[in-house]
Order: sequence, then C-alpha cells, then structure tokens
Amino acid sequence: MEVILAIAIGVLGGSGVWLILRPRTFQVIMGLSLLSYAVNLFIFAMGSLLLDKEPIVTPGLAPTLENYTDPLPQALVLTAIVIGFATTALFLVLLLASRGLSGTDHVDGEERE
Amino acid sequence: MTDAIEHLMPHLLVAPILLPMVTAAVMLLLGDRRRPAKQVLNALACLLNLALAVALLLWVRHAGQQAVGVYLPGNWPVPYGIVLVADRLSAMMLLLTAVLGVASMAYASGRWDRAGVHFHPLFQMQLLGLNGAFLTADLFNLFVFFEIMLTASYGLLLHGSGWPRVRAGLHYVAVNLLASTLFLIGVAILYGVTGTLNLADMAIMVPAIPEADRGLLHAGAAILAIAFLVKAGAWPLNFWLAPAYSAAAAPVAALFAIMTKLGVYAVLRVWTLLFAPDAGVSAQFGSAALVWIGLATLAFGAIGVIATRHLGRMAAACVIVSSGTVLAAIGFGRPAITAGALYYALGSTLAVSAFFLIIEMIERSRASDETPLYVSEVEPEEAFAYPVDLMPPPGVNLDEDERPLIGQAIPAAMAFLGLAFVACALTLSGLPPLSGFVGKVVMLSGLLGAAEVDGHAVQVATPIWTLMGLLIGGGLLTTIAMSRAGVRYFWAPQGRPVPRLRVAETAPIALLLLLVGVLAWQADAVLRFTTAAARALHEPGGYIGSVVAAQPVPSPVATGKGGLRR
Repeated sequence: MEVILAIAIGVLGGSGVWLILRPRTFQVIMGLSLLSYAVNLFIFAMGSLLLDKEPIVTPGLAPTLENYTDPLPQALVLTAIVIGFATTALFLVLLLASRGLSGTDHVDGEERE
Repeated sequence: MTDAIEHLMPHLLVAPILLPMVTAAVMLLLGDRRRPAKQVLNALACLLNLALAVALLLWVRHAGQQAVGVYLPGNWPVPYGIVLVADRLSAMMLLLTAVLGVASMAYASGRWDRAGVHFHPLFQMQLLGLNGAFLTADLFNLFVFFEIMLTASYGLLLHGSGWPRVRAGLHYVAVNLLASTLFLIGVAILYGVTGTLNLADMAIMVPAIPEADRGLLHAGAAILAIAFLVKAGAWPLNFWLAPAYSAAAAPVAALFAIMTKLGVYAVLRVWTLLFAPDAGVSAQFGSAALVWIGLATLAFGAIGVIATRHLGRMAAACVIVSSGTVLAAIGFGRPAITAGALYYALGSTLAVSAFFLIIEMIERSRASDETPLYVSEVEPEEAFAYPVDLMPPPGVNLDEDERPLIGQAIPAAMAFLGLAFVACALTLSGLPPLSGFVGKVVMLSGLLGAAEVDGHAVQVATPIWTLMGLLIGGGLLTTIAMSRAGVRYFWAPQGRPVPRLRVAETAPIALLLLLVGVLAWQADAVLRFTTAAARALHEPGGYIGSVVAAQPVPSPVATGKGGLRR
C-alpha cells in the first residue's frame, strides 16, 4: 500500500508541477488542483497508513497508532480540501476575468511570439 | 484600567478574532445596498479592534516578566486543543495591524470603498485573518488564518477591478496557492515527525527527535519557511509583490503593508520556538540561510527602489527593503539585534503604509480629470481651501513670466503632501530624526556588539559586515530615489492641478506619520518593550512553560458550581 500511495503522490505532484509551469491559465489551474490532491494524500501518509482501523478509542485496546488510525490528519485534510476548493474557485473566476479582459488565455495576458 | 483588563483576561485574547468575524458576518447580512451603515459599522469595529489591541498591549506590559496570556478556545488540555497565545510580540503586531486598519479604513471611506462591492466585509475578514495569525499558537490554525487573510486579500486586491489588478491578481493568487501547498507539506512533515501541531509542544519534542528523523524535521521546517518567506516577500520569492502592491487600491496597499510582516512574524515565531539555542543538535538551524536570504532581499529591494520611477513600485520596493532588513537581522538570533529590528519594523511599516496613501494623492493631481470614473458620487467638500487667486494659470512658467516668487503661497494641499512625503522619506531611508534612524542605529550597535564578541569567528563576521554595509548603502539608495521622486513630483511640476484632499483622507496619513514621530519621541520606552519581546523570543522557555501549564476551566458539573440542572 505504501508503494501505491507513494507512486500516486509522485505522479500527481509531478503532473501538477509540470502543468503549473505551462503558459496557459487553464493548465495552471489544473496543475494547482493536481498538486493539492498530491498534498492531501501526503498529509494522510504523514499520519498513519492502516486498513480497517477506526479513529475512535475503544475500551480494552491500548490507544496507540498500532490499533487506531490517527484522526488528526483526516481533520487536516478535510480543512485543506475545503480551503483549496474555495481558493481554486476564486482562481477560476480570475482566470475568466483575465480571459475576458485580455482576449487570451496566456498567464501574462499577452502572447509571447 | 489595568484592573479592568486583568478582569477580562484571558477572554480578551479571543476578542480580536471574534470581533471582525461577527462584524463581517453582520455586514454580509446587510447586503450590498446599505453602504453608509456598513461604513459606520466598519469604522466602529476598527476602533474597537484598536481598543482591544491597546488593552492587550497594556496587559502584556504590566504582566511582568512572564507576559504570556494563554486562552483555550475549546477548553481542551493543551497539546490536544487549539490555543491562542498573546506575548509581547503578538500584542505589538496586533496593535500595528489595528492602527493600519483604522488608517486604511478611514482613507477608504473617503471614496475608495465605493469602487467595488463588498469592500467592508472583505476588510474585516482580512483583519480577522491577520489577528488570528498573530494570536494562534499552533501550526494548523496558523495555516487556516493565513488562508482567511489571503482569501480576503485576493478580493481586496481586485477591489476596483481593471486589467492591471486582474493581471497582478492572477499571479498573486497562483503564487499564494502554491505557497499554501508548501505550507501544508511543511505542516504535515512536522506533524509526522513530532506528532503534535502545538508549537510549544513541538518545541519540547524537537531536542528529543531520533537522529534518523532529524533530516525530515529540518526538511519540513525548511519547506514551511519557504511558504512563510513567500508571504514575507523574501528574494527570490518576491517577484509577485511589486506588481500586486502597486496595482492594489491605495487603502488596500496600505493594509497589505502588514502582510509581509506577518510572513516575517511567522518565521520569527516558528524558528525561535523550534530551533531555540537550547534545542540540542537542531539549535539555530537555518540561521545562516535566514541571514543571507534577508541580505539578498535587502539588496534586491534597495536596487528596486532606485531602479524604478513609478511611485507605487518604489513603495513596493520599500516594503521589500523593510522585510529584508528584519529577516536578516533576526537571523542572527541575538536579542539586541532583534530588538532593533522589531522597532525598525514598526516604524517602517507605518511609513510604507502612509507612503502608499500619499502616492495615490500625488497621482491624483496628475490625472487630468480629477474625478475618477469609478466613483459614483463625489462630494465637493475639501479639506484645504487653497488661495485660488495666487495659483498660476495652468502651463505658466513662473520664472519667464517674471512674477515675483516671493509671497506666493504654496497650496496647503501640496504643502501637506510634501511634508508627509518628506516624513516618509526620512523614515524609510533611516535618516534622523524619525524612527527609521533610531531603529537602524540600534541594529548597527547590536551588530557591532556581535562582531566584537565573535571577533575570531570569521563565518559570522562576514554577514555582520555585509548587513552593516547594506543597511547604510540601502539607506543611501533610498534617500537618492526619494529625493529624485520628491523633486519630480513636488518641485518640477508646472500647471498641474492641486489635488483635492479631504479630511477623511488626510487624517489617516497624519495619524500614521504622527505615530512614526511618537515612536522616535518615545524611543526609549518602545525599545525597552521590543528588547523584552526579543529576549522572550530567543529564550522561549517562558512561552513554552506558560502554554504547557495552561489548565482548562473545570467543568461546572465536576465542581458543583452551576451547570445544567434538571
């Protein structure tokens, strides 16, 4: 599972970085989205990777990360998703405004030809 | 007075967060129609915010050596719940934010708040983010408050719309979204290594980190620092800053002056806590990097000041100079230098903020049509009546016309703008008698002290001498650039219409510059305060101890005092 997760984070992060470096605004916003997915998975990976474990302490089991999954990264990811979603929506509005005002979808608002 | 404040503690700590939040919510409910009501509400909230900041500062000043107020918003014991902490540095930054808030709000109420929708709620949200970030004591809340502040700043930057703002805003948002992902990566790594998000708790964990994890800890801290440095406008992460700040509406830019200081504050707070001198192997990790990044930023900003003729970009370069100076100075990790840097930060932030406001007024006089298109209603009231009959008709060269130059009154508006400009120039370039000079002298004497102590350690001496040279050289470049701009805008112009200034717009500039003057006048008291703040920062034992010792309020059921009775 660790390998799959690591590959997923790597592929998402790599594609995201590549897209952010592209000159079109739509590519940049896709890159930012992919990068935020990679970061969200990364936060999960920094907690603990366990299958079939609950983040709730039950009597009789020692409250360590062997028996429970860490609830905090899940809360962090949730917050990060919400914030990322809102800011990406805002960026989308800006992107459209920029497209409308400049007539091009280049990130600088002018073609470099 | 102090008794009343003592009585309100520690609940006073959460007030600077709740107040703008509630105000913004009420304003959103009011809708976009009732602007006068929102204007009044915004003014009241800003003034109340100022009162809260002053109260917190007074409390911190009178609380003695261990001036650390701790508040547990969720009433959970410390490493588990979120914590708000006000120490000297937080209280100082809160007060600075509140002052800039009042000034910028007053200026905006002149006419800028009508240039677009939702100015007032966004303004309060920005204050909420700033106040929260200065008060919070755990990393993830810092992220949340950073995001609140940034999201509001995206809206404020676009206030007034127009292509330059949209274009600058596009870059600004993209850079900050990237910085936010780095922030999250840094927080996640630090959480993975230490198992906590509470900064004080993390500081306790750091010396005991196993050797295998130490590289990861340092990597996490460095990634986090990059996110902070983007906000602080550190070179080479600051290319977004000049276009964004010079494109923003004047009152917005004036408030944005504090945002770079928030980045510097975050670096200072996290770095001094995690890598304190007694943090074992990790002690002072990244100190050299911080110093050199600060020096590069300072040099970049100083060159930027002299390289541009556009006043807005010059002010943005001044912002970069100021944050580079502070970054380089705190990187040495010496209380004496940090104290000077904090004092300098206060003065330069106030001056830069005033400078942004002055620029808009100067530019206004250059516009051929004095009433901009975006303002729906302009009242014909004026702050300064200027003697109309003494004004030369437009386009007349006084010398060739052989009219006597003696006895010609300078229009009061131009006199005010000119004096304010001179005050800004003196503060930003660090010339006496204003606070920029005092701050630089304190930093230089601290640096000299450090150089003497470390006379043998060459690797420390080089950055010390570089910073001294850059402080003085940067001041010289700023002086040259400012004099050039002053000559161009105040002495050379012929036949330009005198800008119409209103009391609501001149008062905030006067207030900011008056405070710069007060900083210089009360330099001893302020410096004693910043010295205590710097000492507490570099010996974070008091901070950590106070946070860890904070006890949740016992449940009313357990104590038998009240609670729900059936």
